[in-house]
Amino acid sequence: MTCAGFFRPGGHSFGVWVVLVAMILFGLLRYENFGGAYNISSFLNYNAMFIVISVGMCFVILTGGIDLSVGSVAAFTSVVAAYLSPYGIQVALPGAVMAGLAIGGLNAVFVVLMRIPPFIATLATMLGAKGGALVISGAQTISIDWELNFTKLGMEKAFNLLPWTIVITAVVVVGLWIVLERTSLGRTVLAIGGGEDASTMMGLNVNRAKIFVYVLSGGCGGMAGVFLASGFGAGQPLEGVGWELSAIASVVVGGTLLTGGMGSVGATVAGALLLGLVFNILNFENGRGVISLSAYWQMVIRGGFLFVVILLQSHLARRSKGATQ
Amino acid sequence: MTDLIKMTGIGKSFAGIVALQDASLAIRPGEVHAIIGQNGAGKSTLIKILTGVYRRDAGDVQMNGTPLAITTPREAQDAGIATIYQELSLVPLRSVTENVVMGYEPRTRLGLIDWKAAHARTREILARFGVDVDVTRQLGSYSTAIQQLVAIARAVSLDAKLVIMDEATSSLDDQEIETLFSVVKGLKASGVAVLYISHFLNELYQICDRVTIMRDGQTVATHDVAETTKLGLVSEMLGRDASEIQAAGLTALSGGHGEPGEVLLEAKGLRSKSGLRDASFTIRKREIVGLGGLLGSGRTEAARAVFGLDALSDGQVRHHSGAALDTPAQAIALGMGFLTEDRKADGIIPHMSVRENITLALLPKLTRMGAVDRERERKLVAHYIEALQIKTSGMEQPIRELSGGNQQKVLLARWLALEPEILILDEPTRGVDVGAKFEIQSIIRKQVADGLAVLLISSEFEELVEGADRIVVLQDGRSVSELQNPGITEGALIGAIAHHHERSAA
Repeated sequence: MTCAGFFRPGGHSFGVWVVLVAMILFGLLRYENFGGAYNISSFLNYNAMFIVISVGMCFVILTGGIDLSVGSVAAFTSVVAAYLSPYGIQVALPGAVMAGLAIGGLNAVFVVLMRIPPFIATLATMLGAKGGALVISGAQTISIDWELNFTKLGMEKAFNLLPWTIVITAVVVVGLWIVLERTSLGRTVLAIGGGEDASTMMGLNVNRAKIFVYVLSGGCGGMAGVFLASGFGAGQPLEGVGWELSAIASVVVGGTLLTGGMGSVGATVAGALLLGLVFNILNFENGRGVISLSAYWQMVIRGGFLFVVILLQSHLARRSKGATQ
Repeated sequence: MTDLIKMTGIGKSFAGIVALQDASLAIRPGEVHAIIGQNGAGKSTLIKILTGVYRRDAGDVQMNGTPLAITTPREAQDAGIATIYQELSLVPLRSVTENVVMGYEPRTRLGLIDWKAAHARTREILARFGVDVDVTRQLGSYSTAIQQLVAIARAVSLDAKLVIMDEATSSLDDQEIETLFSVVKGLKASGVAVLYISHFLNELYQICDRVTIMRDGQTVATHDVAETTKLGLVSEMLGRDASEIQAAGLTALSGGHGEPGEVLLEAKGLRSKSGLRDASFTIRKREIVGLGGLLGSGRTEAARAVFGLDALSDGQVRHHSGAALDTPAQAIALGMGFLTEDRKADGIIPHMSVRENITLALLPKLTRMGAVDRERERKLVAHYIEALQIKTSGMEQPIRELSGGNQQKVLLARWLALEPEILILDEPTRGVDVGAKFEIQSIIRKQVADGLAVLLISSEFEELVEGADRIVVLQDGRSVSELQNPGITEGALIGAIAHHHERSAA
């Protein structure tokens, strides 16, 4: 665990890396432009919001909880960002993230202080945030002036290297990875999922850690809302439906136990990339003109794929366990 | 000498029910101090007050002569009081190191956790206990004994002045208990006091210096262990006269007096993948057959094979009816019952009521035309609550609220309600206090007098020696000899087990 990197061979999340590498190789060999700068950049740009909410979700699930509100939070905060965009990115981004943190704080109050089961509590905020987004936007997309610097987030390159969206995502991921692996707070998060009573008995600050994960997940939802608004040039009150399930899928594909206590940030990112890649590859396949799959069929295929990866995951985990014993 | 901990006049009530009344406890620095008492005597409540889990209603707690105000487990730890609970005090999914350092991790200059230092410290402490394990692996991948030692390592790493061990040995085998005891002695030698809670009186005499006896929420007495007798302790715990207990024997089974009936079941040359090599024994009506032997000798495996739980690779189990006996369903249909060792995992359904837990297996028989005969069910349950003296506020009380001994009685009632011909009891009184143990044993004996046949597995020699009519001694999956009561002594049983071990070593 000392050098617990993103990649942990033989661990419970080995399968996701194997499949991810295999899919990238498949794509590179089969499609000419798959490895091109444009595809990579637009792929990461589009999937940044899913990666960010998945990582936030990972923390919540590690404590044995769940956050169903993230998709609605992203929709709500994309509208907030759109309204704030005339004041510039320096206002819109923190504003939207703050809105997300606030909803996360509400979740924390429900779950930690009022002891409402997380499934119910976050279901309530999911509906609330969804409604809120529709109310403040009048159920319309709130378009953002393309002239404003806010929409440059996904295009303008930081330090002439990578688009800001990708840089921000990388910073969030690495930061949270350090929090989980190398701080007392992160270890407490893992301990809670492994046994909440035991953690209390050990004198760990269980409530603080639980408040942290819900607020964090809300903040991640807020960040995703910013990416959503800037990427599409509009606040999208109707978006975000089912995102929480994609996020949960990414976390689970990454080998994190739904009951908590075990999992990693790196594998969650891999899980999110993997789910995104399925669409990416199917798009390329469609582009070859041999077959043509509708978006609905793509979803079916993604579902089937998810199932296969999870089977492989548990198979590999069992085998690596057998080898060490 | 000032006491390390001095608790006086402690009172605590839960929802109007008094759990502690004027209880007291004094622990000297560097001593091993035992607390004994029946379940419900207030031991755990007293300890939970000391460790900040509960708040006291009345009384005074001092540490080294100064008042101590502890309101959370964390504050207790910071004050130097570490607790090792029987369960739920560690996180099995996380690594050994994490479990030791959690909440007190060594940091690098950047404020991040220094895993290298954490692993090294954990390794170093465990090495002092003679334990050499991969500290980066999940705690749950190690035995209970190692987990207990890791819990102690955590206490040591926190510089505890007092280590509280709650039922620390209840799931360890003899050798593991030896290791644990040597660690306790090591703690004592380095000036750490240990508060030891156990149902096993023998352990007290092995490692404890003083003992405090509790009964009905009050402290009865504190003695130097050297000045006590087992009988005296039991009589103080139960609040009964010593001579009365002596007359009844320390256990209530007292085997070897009844006249056994015809053979009900015959096991011959049992061999299985689970470790049986050549085990043979018979069970007759109106008798208790004990299976003796060390841990791993095949006692539980033999019982499982007879009940159809494990497949046999050789040998056979012959039921007197001549019917096949290959699956648990067949066994139950033939009138057999199996009270398993692990009542949490295999037995009770915590959220269900006492009534539901008793009649669970009986429902098919209580059902008439698809509906459960509630009237008959209630009568039956009331009968067993009365007969087994199950202490409950009513048959609708959830079983999880009952004490361990009463949960065990409910499970016993579940099987007895099926009116079995043969009942297999695997450690029926483990983790049960002395009083309830006594009661459970007398219930069993009474049922046997009425014709029941019992196959008894117990790691307590006392229970076997006094309880069984016959003891079949197992060793490495083979039945090696048989002892007949009356006349078996603990010495004779140990001799029989040891004798065959010597022979096999030679």
